[in-house]
Amino acid sequence: MIINGRKGEAEKRRKGEQKISASPHLRISSSKMLPALIGLLFLSLLSAVFLGSEKLSFFELTESQATILFDIRLPRILLGACVGASLAVAGAGLQSLLRNPLAEPYLLGVSNGAALGTMLAFVFFAQFEFARPVFAFAGAGAATFAVYQMAKSRAGMNVERLVLSGVIVTTFLSSIIVLLTSLLDAAKLRSFTFWLLGDLSQGTKNGFYLTFVVVIIGTIILTSQARALNLMMIGERDAFDFGVEIKKVRLIVFAVASILVGSSVAASGSVGYVGLIVPHLIRLLVGSDNRLVIPFSAISGAIFVVLADTIARVAIAPRELPVGAITALIGAPMFIWLLRRN
Amino acid sequence: MLEVQNISINYGVCAVVQDVSFALRAGKIIALLGANGAGKTTLLKSLNGSLPIAKGAVLLDGKELKDFSRREIARKIAVIAQETETKFPVSVLEFVLSGRFAHGAAFGWETPSDLQIAADCLKQCDLVNYENRQMNQLSGGERQRVVLARALATQAKILLLDEPTANLDLAHQALMFRLVKERCERENAAAIVITHDLNLASEFADEILLLKNGAIAAKGAPEKVLTEENLIEVFNVRVLLDENPHSGKRRVTTIY
Repeated sequence: MIINGRKGEAEKRRKGEQKISASPHLRISSSKMLPALIGLLFLSLLSAVFLGSEKLSFFELTESQATILFDIRLPRILLGACVGASLAVAGAGLQSLLRNPLAEPYLLGVSNGAALGTMLAFVFFAQFEFARPVFAFAGAGAATFAVYQMAKSRAGMNVERLVLSGVIVTTFLSSIIVLLTSLLDAAKLRSFTFWLLGDLSQGTKNGFYLTFVVVIIGTIILTSQARALNLMMIGERDAFDFGVEIKKVRLIVFAVASILVGSSVAASGSVGYVGLIVPHLIRLLVGSDNRLVIPFSAISGAIFVVLADTIARVAIAPRELPVGAITALIGAPMFIWLLRRN
Repeated sequence: MLEVQNISINYGVCAVVQDVSFALRAGKIIALLGANGAGKTTLLKSLNGSLPIAKGAVLLDGKELKDFSRREIARKIAVIAQETETKFPVSVLEFVLSGRFAHGAAFGWETPSDLQIAADCLKQCDLVNYENRQMNQLSGGERQRVVLARALATQAKILLLDEPTANLDLAHQALMFRLVKERCERENAAAIVITHDLNLASEFADEILLLKNGAIAAKGAPEKVLTEENLIEVFNVRVLLDENPHSGKRRVTTIY
């Protein structure tokens, strides 16, 4: 009897799955998506400029308001856009490569690897600003490699193994980060805690320039691999049979994702869940062709983080929240939903 | 087209395929038969370089396989593997178009001719109006036909098929073999097919390779290989042999 009951449940679940996949995406044509997304990005940037604890009017700016706008708010907004685009593109690439819709830089521990790298650079090479992104990239790359090695088995890679490996790497790296924070004095500690949660307020202009260059080049490189990724998403063995140089594509995607995550974490800490939510929504809208998903994720990731950061700035003004808190607040429930759907 | 010279393949220390040689010529179909675990799939996988060979050589158009790039091999050899599973939703058209990967640029979009070829192959495989269906919504048999359509879409001259009829009903089993046969005859292509259906092999194959424990137990024309002693030796079953009254080919009936 019990066995029968379980069988029935499994049967129901299977049917439920089929129902969901009956409308996999809404098939919005890409020619409509592109102008819509660019328009949305422009609107969100504009609203981000005018919303904030210091209200700015469009026509008259006092000198101090101009300083706020051009030296503080604008760099922060633009940095947010680049960070969002980087994380979304990295997420989209990793998901196709690992054939797992739950792969995300933050959940896989890649962001924490980059955070640890940044901290090491901060503690030991504080005088060199560019040591931070370099160390962040190395940390992200090492974490990616570790998770990949742990998650893959002879039978391939399944969702549970990947998520568990990510949890293990994340907690391990977190504990090292906590050990390192004990070296910091109390004044730095608060800003560090914020930064760890993902905080755009500490970004610099140089940080923006770097993430901007990285995200443009990274998106182009990953988009150039999109057709190969489409095949690998169907299955690695099949992709190999049909002419994809699997090892080369894997190396490119891992390296580019690590650089994208590294540069954005070095600038703004680990903003979580962007790489999960954004590519997923894009797939719902246009399907899973990476030639569309990757560039559209870049634009949408920028929109998402700019809006989230605007909320972070105005929600409890004049005080601020770390933007990572907002993205996690939206992302964590979505992760649970995706996990159950899987 | 494809020449296999004394190849051996190991899994760890264990030899799975030992000293196998044969040649696949244009227009011919070779059926690869043998008990479970005889090394059929392993042998097939080595023929397009998916598995490394320990000894011997595979020559593709007279040149060693390892001297070709992956894309060059994919343009010449198409594979139908046993399993296809996908977690991301992929439409039938997208799936079939992935067979055109090795032809276009590695990035960029499919050309109108790619789309035309994909549509033709879908039609051949009895899949009209399936373009926008999702792969994970199809039945096993429909999916297998899409996999065949993708292999045909490569326009490769050599087809490697691993149990292509496993999930197919009677009519579609025949369709599958007829399509492969037609392709071989009309376009001077060639195919190697793994199957457990001795009668389908007898009907459609020009040559049969009977594999036992990784080595060739018998090879040659179907009526020469499908003999009582060979089948007892390889499958350990007793059989009744006669002639299919319709085609005149050797017919095998198992005695239970």
